[in-house]
Amino acid sequence: MLGRTLREVSAALKQGQITSTELCQKCLSFIKKTKFLNAYITVSEDVALKQAEESEKRYKQGQPLGDLDGIPVAVKDNFSTSGIETTCASNMLKGYIPPYNATVVQKLLDQGALLMGKTNLDEFAMGSGSTDGVFGPVKNPWSYSKQYREKRQPKPCEEEEGSGWLITGGSSGGSAAAVAAFTCFAALGSDTGGSTRNPAAHCGLVGFKPSYGLVSRHGLIPLVNSMDVPGILTRSVDDAAIVLGVLAGHDPKDSTTVQEPIKPFKIPNLTDVNNLCVGIPKEYLVPELSSEVRSLWSQAADLFESKGAKVIEVSLPHTCYSIVCYHVLCTSEVASNMARFDGLQYGHRSDIDVSTEAMYAATRREGFNDVVRGRILSGNFFLLKENYENYFIKAQKVRRLIANDFVNVFGSGVDVLLTPTTLSAAVPYLEFIKEDNRTRSAQDDIFTQAVNMAGLPAVSVPVALSNQGLPIGLQFIGHAFCDQQLLTIAKWFEKHVQFPVIQLQELMDDGSSFLKNEKLTSVSLKQ
Amino acid sequence: MAAPLLRWGCPGRRWALVWIDRGSRLRSRTPTLPTTERTRGQSSGTQQPLHTAQKSRKGEHKWAAVVGLEIHAQISSNSKLFSGSQVCFAAPPNSSVSFFDASLPGTLPVLNRRCVEAAVMTGLALNCHINKKSLFDRKHYFYADLPAGYQITQQRLPIAANGSLTYGVCIGKKQSQMAKTVRIKQIQLEQDSGKSLHDDLRSQTLIDLNRAGVGLLEVVLEPDLCCGEEAATAVRELQLILQALGTSQANMAEGQLRVDANISVHHPGETLGVRTEVKNLNSIRFLAKAIDYEIQRQINELENGGEILNETRSFDSKLGCTVPMRDKEGKQDYRFMPEPNLPPLVLYNSTSLPAHADIQQVVNIDQIRDMLPELPSTTRERLIQKYGILPEHSFTLLNEVGLLEFFENVIKETRAEPKKVTNWVLNNFLGYLKQQHLAVSESPVTPSALAELLNLLDSKTISSSAAKQVFEELWKGEGKTPAQIVSEQELELMQDQEALEQLCHAAMEGHPQVVIDVKEGNPKAINKLIGLVRKASLSRADPVLIKKILEKKLSS
Repeated sequence: MLGRTLREVSAALKQGQITSTELCQKCLSFIKKTKFLNAYITVSEDVALKQAEESEKRYKQGQPLGDLDGIPVAVKDNFSTSGIETTCASNMLKGYIPPYNATVVQKLLDQGALLMGKTNLDEFAMGSGSTDGVFGPVKNPWSYSKQYREKRQPKPCEEEEGSGWLITGGSSGGSAAAVAAFTCFAALGSDTGGSTRNPAAHCGLVGFKPSYGLVSRHGLIPLVNSMDVPGILTRSVDDAAIVLGVLAGHDPKDSTTVQEPIKPFKIPNLTDVNNLCVGIPKEYLVPELSSEVRSLWSQAADLFESKGAKVIEVSLPHTCYSIVCYHVLCTSEVASNMARFDGLQYGHRSDIDVSTEAMYAATRREGFNDVVRGRILSGNFFLLKENYENYFIKAQKVRRLIANDFVNVFGSGVDVLLTPTTLSAAVPYLEFIKEDNRTRSAQDDIFTQAVNMAGLPAVSVPVALSNQGLPIGLQFIGHAFCDQQLLTIAKWFEKHVQFPVIQLQELMDDGSSFLKNEKLTSVSLKQ
Repeated sequence: MAAPLLRWGCPGRRWALVWIDRGSRLRSRTPTLPTTERTRGQSSGTQQPLHTAQKSRKGEHKWAAVVGLEIHAQISSNSKLFSGSQVCFAAPPNSSVSFFDASLPGTLPVLNRRCVEAAVMTGLALNCHINKKSLFDRKHYFYADLPAGYQITQQRLPIAANGSLTYGVCIGKKQSQMAKTVRIKQIQLEQDSGKSLHDDLRSQTLIDLNRAGVGLLEVVLEPDLCCGEEAATAVRELQLILQALGTSQANMAEGQLRVDANISVHHPGETLGVRTEVKNLNSIRFLAKAIDYEIQRQINELENGGEILNETRSFDSKLGCTVPMRDKEGKQDYRFMPEPNLPPLVLYNSTSLPAHADIQQVVNIDQIRDMLPELPSTTRERLIQKYGILPEHSFTLLNEVGLLEFFENVIKETRAEPKKVTNWVLNNFLGYLKQQHLAVSESPVTPSALAELLNLLDSKTISSSAAKQVFEELWKGEGKTPAQIVSEQELELMQDQEALEQLCHAAMEGHPQVVIDVKEGNPKAINKLIGLVRKASLSRADPVLIKKILEKKLSS
């Protein structure tokens, strides 16, 4: 049952094959079994069980609230949850219990979803590995999959120390691991430069970043307000569409959400792609791209072409400036957004009290990790009066150019762009931490980040396993506010690639039958 | 929310000067002094600075002062600029604080339509250009009562700009009015900060966030003023305008209107001097005093070979002088940045209004223009035209809250001449109020009662001295009408011609020597007789009438 998609389990609940409470308890037991993945910072067991009980009553009365009623979900720990600790994986917010729910959380709860817990991340979502949070790194469930174990050549020392595990990607790695390890059916991530799509690709999930303004940011503790979007992690495109249907729409508490009413999301089955024009941005073919990803990318393009779509090479000429531009804009907003963490109102406060300034300084030094402090310092530098024109204003201009690149390409008749999501499959933790956070983020955001600059919708869809048995995802980028069209194409693609289900039998020592019913599909896109 | 406590190492030493109200401290330093050379008189038509100017010890040089003001007016609105919490003065500490006001992570600003309308209305009343598109910015500084670590303001593109404010100054001994104009650089919408209360005894700082996030209009005046009195008059006029518009209660004592002054002195024809900024001016009287003090201080400093530092000073109302603010030492870089959570503020006029616009979502400038009430200058002009009163009286009528309404209500109900009404309202009525420190609204005498009294006077039912007696009685507030008082105290003028003639006759009979004096050509002697008759009539006889009768009798 747990291996099913959200849509399938929702149907099972409606048909009475399983009750909300049973489902909840199964997920809770999985959460306990997979505790070593470090996917959750807080498991809200009591809350979830209570919600399950209420959901069960509704089903008994034949009045479920919607498709999400009774569905276990997880939420990244940078969304405010009323009465549940929200830490952003930072010492600064340890023990902080928000008095309100983020709009997206509230919408999930209003639909009867069960909140299993708050998932791990890089501190304040700054990172691309989910390795830099105060609660420790998240381990990729695929590290323990049959597919990976069989194919890789373990170095003896790694095996002994148990240190050969892989990162999930980030910063929404906890959410990705939670969904990939079957502890919930959907999870909220956040996506500022790729933080939802990147871990989705590394964990074999669908990772969807909606158009900026389609989904409310109220209650999402910001990284970069002008780029942040709540992201959705699920095991299928249909599931992402269901969740998006619940989350999308104007929020009076977020002035940057669109006013127009949103029609319900129902993803049709695309039968042919004859009228589709798929753009392949040539700038995304970078030397660092692994041959496996490159090959899958080109096979995917071939697939579209072979099914009748028009596939053309396009140019997004300002792509190469995206990362440096992002660095300036991101750190500037970070410097500003983090100013509120002064130890006065909430969160950590240092014991040092010789003066207010000393208290501020010590609080922020103790509360933030090096990555956050580094970004605050850079950001404040860029915002200084003498630097503002040269850095911030210029970066804004470059951002406009990057956004215009997309406008031009889409204006020329391209329906969707097809790109890699990541340079390669997930790497082992020990390898990942050889580089610092900044270098890693700059490398790993390369394909995902420009989309945030332009506010476009994008989705990473798992395609196939690498030679090592690890998932690889590809990204589709759509027209602004054409999220539904984008997901429709993604669904067509998903159907054609038949990405395999993660096999975690070895992990689950009680021999749970959760995977028995699942079809062990073959990879249609062969290496 | 409990007030967070903040402990201090050195109890209040540094910030003791700002403990009452630091509402506008640390705000954007709008460069109010042009870099180009400019002498007084070019801008406001003044040929001679009113504040003079004294001779330097060495030469013949006179000094001219340049004063610019930044005025923060709290917008009169039910809720705050970006949150739904209530705005109310003197509420219990931290009782009106939303999650956004306390800057809880993840909260976002939502612009209050009422505040935008207030800004547009104020801009229109001050002859400003209203920007169809304006932007919000973040201004960063750390302070305990600024929970977000930044203030949302309009630094780059404010909602209104390039306006003017005309005010009248009294010239010379006759106090004749002269109209002057100060240019308005811009009006911007911004958030107020909270309040810090420093408890020196316990070395604590208490934070009250009730005021945090209340909408402010920052009105920036060009440095067209030259002395304390001009500044005070301009601010007073602005205060009246805001009150007439209802966009701000503009009560300085309650901190709804706060003024910072930028002041410098120079020799006419030379480049402008280094300016200082004086803060914490919380009454119009102190504003004038502080500016004049600061001008004189700068002149003295320069004449004694000193130099003026570009610094922020505070006015100590007890000592009557300005002193440097120690916590304002060192330059702040506010690291301005666009506010990413608020889209540009777009305003419409009737022609640009989108066809299917949701009325709740748009602000129409033309519609607001149509709603503009009569402004004080127009009111004064109307009073002068309609009632023929003196310009200075028109100022007095507007200066007291509610006085004009009182005056016009009296006029409506009385047959008495407007001049007479003006006289009574400005002298007797206002005199009583001032003497007892009452507001017009607290007056025991209603407009109807005064109107009735003036009618009695006008119809010569009572004498003017009796009228004063009635007024005094009315002031006791016992609910009696003037007519009742007149009849109870028998204050009516004697209308009975025969009785008056008898009284006159009796007076002449009783004082033959006076009669002789009159007849011998001493014209003043008749006054003695008039006085006698009035006394005999218990002051109820009309002296004019008495005189007529006496003259007739004496000449016969």
